[in-house]
Amino acid sequence: MYQKILLAVDGSEHSLRATNEAIVMAGLAEGCMIEAVYVVDFSKAKDQVLHSMDKEELELSRRKKLMPIEAQIQSKNIAYKLTFLRGEPGPVIVEYANKESFDLVVIGSRGLNSLQEMVLGSVSHKVAKRVKCPVLIVK
Amino acid sequence: MVEKIKREWFSNVRADVLAGIVVALALIPEAIAFSIIAGVDPMVGLYASFCIAVIIAFVGGRPGMISAATGAMALLMVPLVKEYGLNYLLAATILTGIIQVIFGVFKIARLMKFIPRAVMIGFVNSLAILIFMAQVPHFLGISALTYVFVGITLLIVYIVPRFIKSVPAPLIAIVLLTIISIYTGADLRTVGDLGAIKQSLPSFLIPDVPFSLETLKIIFPYSIALAIVGLLESLLTSSIVDDMTGTDSNKHSESRGQGIANIINGFFGGMAGCAMIGQSVINVKSGGRGRLSTLTAGLFLMFLIIVLGDLVVQIPMPVLAGIMIMVSIGTFDWASFQYLVKAPRTDALVMLATVLIVVATHDLSKGVIAGVILSAVFFVSKISTIKVQKHAQNSNILFEVEGQLFFASVEGFVDAFDFTAQSTDIVIDFANAHIWDDSAVGAIDKVVLKYQENNNNVTIKGLNSASKRLVDKLAIYKQSNPKLSAH
Repeated sequence: MYQKILLAVDGSEHSLRATNEAIVMAGLAEGCMIEAVYVVDFSKAKDQVLHSMDKEELELSRRKKLMPIEAQIQSKNIAYKLTFLRGEPGPVIVEYANKESFDLVVIGSRGLNSLQEMVLGSVSHKVAKRVKCPVLIVK
Repeated sequence: MVEKIKREWFSNVRADVLAGIVVALALIPEAIAFSIIAGVDPMVGLYASFCIAVIIAFVGGRPGMISAATGAMALLMVPLVKEYGLNYLLAATILTGIIQVIFGVFKIARLMKFIPRAVMIGFVNSLAILIFMAQVPHFLGISALTYVFVGITLLIVYIVPRFIKSVPAPLIAIVLLTIISIYTGADLRTVGDLGAIKQSLPSFLIPDVPFSLETLKIIFPYSIALAIVGLLESLLTSSIVDDMTGTDSNKHSESRGQGIANIINGFFGGMAGCAMIGQSVINVKSGGRGRLSTLTAGLFLMFLIIVLGDLVVQIPMPVLAGIMIMVSIGTFDWASFQYLVKAPRTDALVMLATVLIVVATHDLSKGVIAGVILSAVFFVSKISTIKVQKHAQNSNILFEVEGQLFFASVEGFVDAFDFTAQSTDIVIDFANAHIWDDSAVGAIDKVVLKYQENNNNVTIKGLNSASKRLVDKLAIYKQSNPKLSAH
């Protein structure tokens, strides 16, 4: 079964559901490890820096967003790691997944921004198309 | 040291050079447009962008950040150029640099944390609005063809990036539409109508101004405003680059670097500049991380002007205006509308006030200063509410004080007591309060003495150690013959 699962998270409702599915998949194999990956989006950097007092507050607000996800994984006693990456979410997740040779990528079908999705296409779609391992898109 | 130079310059050579080229292409229209805003020849902005980018590559504190001629600075210098001309602008640029070096040496950047985010959001928004307003004369009511060219430019810059990512869309718009306008002989105003392009490197010159106190009086107010606004935008930009790259940078050496760049820039005929948010984001997105990207941007920009100067003057103004409309839309903080609804009333008010003052005065520094003062006033009024709760216990009375006791809150504090009690034991508990200054101690004296007049026995308790030290030093109610005038 899958030993190394990449779980793409952004703190949204969809990524919380994706977390649940990742936990199910992880429960199938002994010693499975989930790596929750959060991409700090380049195109939102200006907004986020402008709307936070300083570095520490920004860091804290990002961690806070992911706390429900962490709590969920912790409650099931599954080994996990939280990784912050920077760039454009789709390509960054693809590159990381391929480079670190994950066995499975789990991702929510939709992120926080439906308008951007309409204009740019969804991150999950891009990821599914270009990642080399199986991808689970959670509705 | 060698290790650091290697990392900051040569750890990312290929991507840095490519990103620098992309930035240079995106810089040219902005440098020209900002020169036009300032009311000087396009060369002044182009020389500035070349000088600043090249120098900051060596002396800046934030590798990968792009500095050049900017809109925020250009807007500040308009009246100076109009009244006194280019040479005074160059002198003001040099003085701006000197002030920024002083800011860097004395670590003034630390004071930036006193600028609330409401003011920073207001700053960014008013900058966007002013850049947009500066474009209006270049397309409004000129000709139908002008509107068509602005429209096509906007379509290109917003749609093309969905398909072509390697070449900046504004460049595609410029090349395509300039060719079309040359071949069709379209009747449009061009960059050449607003100033000449010299195909030569900048040379050293000393601004032709009288070296007198009179000159200093003229340029100093502009220089100080330029220094503050330049530092503000540079530090905001460096925070954004820090966040995008997940690395730290030295804010004080950035301030000093901006100063050095502006001093040299002024001697080579460039207008004052600072870091640019938009261009820095483009640089990082294109893969630029090191100092080499900034250097390449500056050098390649100058190379293009020397080689292609003849063509640059033929760029139609409506195309430039269209690109600048895109820049202003990108600069505006669209999350502000949400902020106005969600943020505390007073913060929203500070943000709006900053924008309104800048738009009314066309001076970013005035808006920032007014915004900072306004939020300081709001802050003081917020923390100056003090609560005094009265508990009657048998014949004794206990007052519990909660809040900050200082000059702005003493009135509320004294008013909270009723002085009707006679011959009782009164306890005032300061466990949840803090005493800040002489006026606060004076107010305590006033209350205590007033009660003592009516034969009450007053006890003060619960002072924290800092408050107690202040009260012990300044209070007079324990003296045998106290007089309130001592405060």
